[in-house]
Amino acid sequence: MSLVALVRRFLGHSWVLGLMGIFVVVLAWTLISATGLVDRLFLPSPAAVLAAGQAQAAQGLLWKDLVASVGRVFMGFALSALVSLPLGIAMGANRMVCQLLEPLMGLIRYMPAPAFIPLLIIYFGLGELPKVMLIFIGTLFFNTLMIMDAVKFVPSELIETALTLGGRPSHVIRRVITPFIAPQVLDAYRINMASAWNLVIVAELVAATDGLGKRISLAQRFLRTDEIFAGLIVIGLIGLLIDLAFRLLMRRACSWAN
Amino acid sequence: MHLSVCGVSKSFGEGRSKQLVLDNINFELHGGEFVALVGSSGSGKSTVMRLVAGLERPSGGVISMNGSPIRGPGADRGMVFQKYSLYPWLTAAQNVAFGLRLQGRSPVEIRERTAYFLEVVGLADSAKLLPRQLSGGMQQRIAIARALAVEPKLLLLDEPFGALDLQIRESMQQFLHQLWTVTGLTALLITHDLEEALLLAQRVHIMAPRPGRIVRTVDVNHGSSDFAQLRLSREFLSMREELAHCLRSLDGAPNM
Repeated sequence: MSLVALVRRFLGHSWVLGLMGIFVVVLAWTLISATGLVDRLFLPSPAAVLAAGQAQAAQGLLWKDLVASVGRVFMGFALSALVSLPLGIAMGANRMVCQLLEPLMGLIRYMPAPAFIPLLIIYFGLGELPKVMLIFIGTLFFNTLMIMDAVKFVPSELIETALTLGGRPSHVIRRVITPFIAPQVLDAYRINMASAWNLVIVAELVAATDGLGKRISLAQRFLRTDEIFAGLIVIGLIGLLIDLAFRLLMRRACSWAN
Repeated sequence: MHLSVCGVSKSFGEGRSKQLVLDNINFELHGGEFVALVGSSGSGKSTVMRLVAGLERPSGGVISMNGSPIRGPGADRGMVFQKYSLYPWLTAAQNVAFGLRLQGRSPVEIRERTAYFLEVVGLADSAKLLPRQLSGGMQQRIAIARALAVEPKLLLLDEPFGALDLQIRESMQQFLHQLWTVTGLTALLITHDLEEALLLAQRVHIMAPRPGRIVRTVDVNHGSSDFAQLRLSREFLSMREELAHCLRSLDGAPNM
């Protein structure tokens, strides 16, 4: 095999190019910070960022923040997922429910969720509840509308077959619509999980005593850019992990759709 | 079993955009019969089928089964669609069992009937495959098995082989004919393929478009089940040619 073919095969491997992209950026970062071209206050070296992250992990702060942020995301998002599933199915399967709720949801959807923070703080104070509620209202409408769309695309043959086999409307919902939309529902959750993850950081930047967002805003107060960098990287990594977990779940649970 | 379609009309839309799709459709079907409706697109033949299935309501006239009017879909009228009707997340066997599950039959009965009907359509070996792993012809055979498994009094076939390649279609026609002779099912077939209708059905209703109506009814009796030979026999060909001419003149299209 020629060298060119070998290289091409190596590059064809799904992970190789992606890792190379990351590697190039880290390399450029290392080189720039090593030359001292940019003030260390603005661009700390990768080693300093790693050290900052390790220090936080050693103090137990990293875990505490992680648990706080991830816990809020899961609470808020689980609530949103639980409410949006029946709501989206009802809107997709019943024209009157859809006509009743779609304009309302279309309107609220375009109100930026972070704009609700002041109101949520007035209503629920500074504890966990306003953060959970922010994630809930920030993802509920997107989840619901995406599930509704998935239901509308269920082929009518599948529904009508069930009816001609003696199925009742409740059968159609449980045995036809729900399994058919399962892949799209998981995908909707995966996509909207990203905004849940955004919203928790925003909420913590505004008002919190712990969490990854809070850590970043504290770091800013003391000009600890290395800690900000470390926090950003941790936030990105967790988002990526959640995304991969959803993809894995989808591949396992809905292998028929691939 | 006795199906009667009496003076049935159907229109879609309201007011000015109201369109008459079916006009005064009359025909009957008795137990054990195989009847076909043939017509070009726009003749409303699929609408007739949906009315009989109970998926649509007639605008006028009455469709009744054993004397009682049809009010909605039910398990006594099984339906096979042209395509995309298998549940993609269920295996072939689970698809066949789907209707039995809906009806809450006992696990033993579900298992036995599923195995039996998979055998009937010759796909016992494919029981554990997903629909996407099956060919188009196999998928349609599973769809037929699923409809038969709940023992409908009437099997409605809406262009069941319309999406298949010619060769597969011919073997499926032979298969359906055998199924009919063996099980004694009662069937209503919708097709735009005149040959298919003449081979399979004992009675063929020719439909004209805009508005859809039955213009001619032909009783067919070949006395032979060898389709390959039948397709080439002089009697069959002349009958086919004559009816094809009739269909062409109704449609006004040069290429039918």
